[in-house]
Amino acid sequence: MKPPPFSYAAPTTLAEAVGLLVEHAESEPRVLAGGQSLIPLMNFRLAKPGYLVDLRNVAGLSGIRLEADVLVIGAMTRMADLERAPEVAVAAPLVAEAVGLIAHTPVRNSGTIGGSLAHADPAAELPAVALALDAELVAAGPGGTRRIPAAEFLTGPFSTALAADEILTEIRLPVWHGGHAFVEFSRIHANFAVVAVAALVELDGRRVRRAALAVTGVAPTAIRATSAEQVLTGAAGDAPPVAEAAEAAVAGLSPAGDLHASAATRLALARTYVRRGIELAISRALNER
Amino acid sequence: MASTTRTISLTVNGRPQTAEVEPRKLLVDFLREDLGLVGAHIGCEHGVCGTCTVLLNGASIRSCITFAVQADGAEVSTVEGLAGSGELHPLQDEFSAKQGLQCGYCTPGMLMRACEILAQNPDPAPAEVRSAIASNLCRCTGYQFITEAVLDAAARMRRAKETAS
Repeated sequence: MKPPPFSYAAPTTLAEAVGLLVEHAESEPRVLAGGQSLIPLMNFRLAKPGYLVDLRNVAGLSGIRLEADVLVIGAMTRMADLERAPEVAVAAPLVAEAVGLIAHTPVRNSGTIGGSLAHADPAAELPAVALALDAELVAAGPGGTRRIPAAEFLTGPFSTALAADEILTEIRLPVWHGGHAFVEFSRIHANFAVVAVAALVELDGRRVRRAALAVTGVAPTAIRATSAEQVLTGAAGDAPPVAEAAEAAVAGLSPAGDLHASAATRLALARTYVRRGIELAISRALNER
Repeated sequence: MASTTRTISLTVNGRPQTAEVEPRKLLVDFLREDLGLVGAHIGCEHGVCGTCTVLLNGASIRSCITFAVQADGAEVSTVEGLAGSGELHPLQDEFSAKQGLQCGYCTPGMLMRACEILAQNPDPAPAEVRSAIASNLCRCTGYQFITEAVLDAAARMRRAKETAS
């Protein structure tokens, strides 16, 4: 199908863009970034915004820079640029690995990091990445800007802490010095993941100093597996308790089954992929020393 | 709600174009209906099948999930531009010679995606080509011949470049 009619503006400043969201609040405006999730929804007429504020001409919203120990990524930075950027490969390789699993190149050439996070598809990769890395998301609104921790940003499937008149401008990722892994199960290469796991493990000598795990596909949003992180912390790096951590990661979860996978399948996949993620992250941590 | 039209200026296959479009007009519909360039096909209309693939500033995109207004100021390349000089592009030639097309519906998208693949890597391994064209569906399932056509075209383009230099 074709998208329903809407009014459109492509402002050149952030203030103007926020102003348009406020001014056209009654039209249920939406922000247009790369459009790779929003436009298909509009083609299906599952989304019918009366007004689109296109960010493509707003200066300063794309780019990647290192600020001390934080990798700052502009919200309009294209996925394809994240895949190739040397700064990302060094400071946040988890991002590059996850982005490589998002759809195909033609979608990654248009799709943006901010668009994916603001869309908050429960099966998407980047929310799990943001959670695992303890990202801060910077939002600009009529009252100025604020930083939202990733853990508070995801409020449900397709919903975030962003107010209707706020625009995501930057993603701030603390530089990760340990091993990383992003692993997922999808039925067809490049399809949405049924279950995905972001794993980060930092070793201190032979012990696990710090671990961070985020899992998608087992709850309404991506979640941190904190009890599994606790199991790993302090454990021996060359003989990590992966089975115990995998059990801890899914303990107490009751995912909804759907046509892609039953609840039991999702839990089984989560156990397997948590284990694989931890093992890969640890092997990389060991090899990089 | 009536949406007012916008004026966009872009370059399509090297020719400057200025047009009035509704904001909701998809790029593929703009190319087909407004410019008469019907090479980019409409398949799934939600960004999955790849038959609408065109290049936007040299990068492959799905023109069915891109608004024409998003291409304002950009350079768009479609399959019609490949044989611009009157001679078939090596990719077109090899798709024909190697039977890299059967029904032909996916072909324009495959060709444009292949252009990008070879621009990024003029000497790809067979596995790299197979992985890269996974973005585009061929429901005749003629992937083997498409892969061979891309590899043969790559070899030809490398030879031509060596001869020229």
